[in-house]
Amino acid sequence: MIDKIRAADRRRVSLLTSVGDRVRALPRWQQAIGLAALVAFLYYLPLLGIPGLTWLRTDSIAGGNNWAGVLFVCAIYVLVAIGLNVVVGLAGLLDLGYIGFFAIGAYSVALFGSVNSPVVKWIQQEFDLPPTWAVTWAICLFIALVLTLISGVLLGWPTLRLRGDYLAIVTLGFGEIIRIFARNATGVTNGPQGISAIPGPEGPPSAENEIFGLIDAKPWYWLAITMVLLMVIAVRRLEHSRVGRAWLAVREDEDAAAVMGVYPFKFKLWAFAIGAALGGLSGFLFASRNAFIDPTQFNVNLSILFVAMVVVGGSGNMVGVSLGAVLLAYLPERFREIADYRWLAFGLAMVLVMILRPQGLIPSRRRARELKDRAAEAEEAPAHV
Amino acid sequence: MNFDELFGHLGQHTVDGLSKGAIYALIALGYTLVYGVLRLINFAHSEVFMVGTFAVLGVWTAFGVQNNPPIGQAVLFLVLGLVAAAVASGGTALAIERIAYRPLRRKNAPPLIFLITAIGLSLVLVEVFGLLLPDIAGGALPTMFGRARQIVGMPTIIQQETLFTIGGTAITNIQLIVFISAVVMMAALDWFINRTRYGRGVRAVAQNPETAALMGVNQERVIMLIFVLGGIMAGAAALLWSMRFGFTQNSIGFVLGLKAFTAAVLGGIGNLRGALVGGLFLGIVEVYGATLFASNWEDVIAFVVLIVVLMFRPTGLLGESLGRARA
Repeated sequence: MIDKIRAADRRRVSLLTSVGDRVRALPRWQQAIGLAALVAFLYYLPLLGIPGLTWLRTDSIAGGNNWAGVLFVCAIYVLVAIGLNVVVGLAGLLDLGYIGFFAIGAYSVALFGSVNSPVVKWIQQEFDLPPTWAVTWAICLFIALVLTLISGVLLGWPTLRLRGDYLAIVTLGFGEIIRIFARNATGVTNGPQGISAIPGPEGPPSAENEIFGLIDAKPWYWLAITMVLLMVIAVRRLEHSRVGRAWLAVREDEDAAAVMGVYPFKFKLWAFAIGAALGGLSGFLFASRNAFIDPTQFNVNLSILFVAMVVVGGSGNMVGVSLGAVLLAYLPERFREIADYRWLAFGLAMVLVMILRPQGLIPSRRRARELKDRAAEAEEAPAHV
Repeated sequence: MNFDELFGHLGQHTVDGLSKGAIYALIALGYTLVYGVLRLINFAHSEVFMVGTFAVLGVWTAFGVQNNPPIGQAVLFLVLGLVAAAVASGGTALAIERIAYRPLRRKNAPPLIFLITAIGLSLVLVEVFGLLLPDIAGGALPTMFGRARQIVGMPTIIQQETLFTIGGTAITNIQLIVFISAVVMMAALDWFINRTRYGRGVRAVAQNPETAALMGVNQERVIMLIFVLGGIMAGAAALLWSMRFGFTQNSIGFVLGLKAFTAAVLGGIGNLRGALVGGLFLGIVEVYGATLFASNWEDVIAFVVLIVVLMFRPTGLLGESLGRARA
């Protein structure tokens, strides 16, 4: 039984790699056309009405949530997965507190952009501003990115010198600290009551907003997918640059990398900060779409879900982690019957993937080779515990 | 910063902290044993404790325990609870080793893969106990397990009362029982590891697995043994927890597990006596901190302690290594 599954899996992977090779072998203009078609399809997705594909939609058929809303959630999860992939997949640092950065991104637009936040009220009082004054959305975006970058550096600076498994536990603690802080520091974050009236691109939520309203999620999805595409391009460029090669070197053998003149700490810190900023961006979009946040939305289970997206999809491979994110966000929405068992299913998926194919659904070639090498070493020299 | 309260009742807070820390120390032993031999963090150990509390709950419910039973019955129920919790926790720990770790060990997977698997398994356990148990247990345990996702209360076995007062510090019977039984359990484990044949095998594998194998130590059996021992300690902690706090929940393990792990690191992970020192120290620090700031910051204190220890003394107060510390 298990052998059969393994054989089928091997066939699937070889099919995938052969498809990838063939795409790479195509002339450039054909690749460009294919890519343009894919992007166009992504933008068309919320209006999906092609016969034969309508069963994908979540609303009318499955009685689930509004389809564009689900797509929006998938898109921001893809953003999270891309960011976490930089940390986990490329630099090889297990970050279990990613929700902390997500929360910081969400809270920066809430604290500076909403008229209901204690921070904005305090600024109004200090500088005699009118009670409708708040920081505009675009500047909040900037604040969110800067704050998450800084918090990534602040967390990374003391902890990145630790061994891998210790780092994971410390980051887990960090995620909890952020949540507890948001819950307890009532004077700054409104505590458990949360913050409402978080602005979108058109300003605070109101019925007069023409594009980014509360009901129609399509513009939000288009905004999110645009961000995703931009970040995919950016991270791709990083991955194939000197920095990206340094990350891979550090992940595969830190000492060897250091001997070759790559200072591991510096590049780990970079990965951490860039990953944090991407998580912050995602949290920022989440908060401005939701228009309301409270500390319970950032619990530690989500952190584990984020890690699950990356490892199930195939850490180190951007297509893989995006697939993982879409699957884990989409399946519970499409199949409402299993929604109650979703966490159980996520946990099972993590265990099974790690035991049966630790490289994930769509593996990164380099990573797959690395794991194979280790397994071969184990066979040559057994009993090293 | 409430210094008056802290220093006015310093003894009382210390006693509270010690009895809390004793439970952390018992759970910390599980992390320390596994780390000492395998050099891995057994993240799912927190769920071993959770299963133990559910076993205590199940036994007490099955026997229809009422609040404040007569002393003879109370002792009987405590022993039954201990046996049930030890069996359930030890079994869970063994199952975790079999399902999650053994296949990975064969493949010589990197440590992070072990950690991710353990996290997944821990999520599975939490969800199984939160979700499926009402269906599985069916009519047998309807009133108690039906509410497993919320906090489930347990009957009071021993009424909390002050036994004696030393210089204004009241010590209750439950605090005394918790502290003494935890210390006794730990002393027994220490004796087992240091004085018996099996313990010698454990230390040998911790020091050098290959040489131990050459000397005829069955490595697989040692690994199973440490998981079971850690599980039994977690089961004892589960009984003490049920007796002292009187509630459980399927998600109870997460924060408690993190604190126990902190205790293990604080004392020097892989070091049995370190777990006791770390647990008691963490318990005291936490109670002091909660008094100084406010009790809703309690969890933050443990995490901050963890980060500070890892930064400045990653080998802990007493140093690492199960094998070398008493070679």
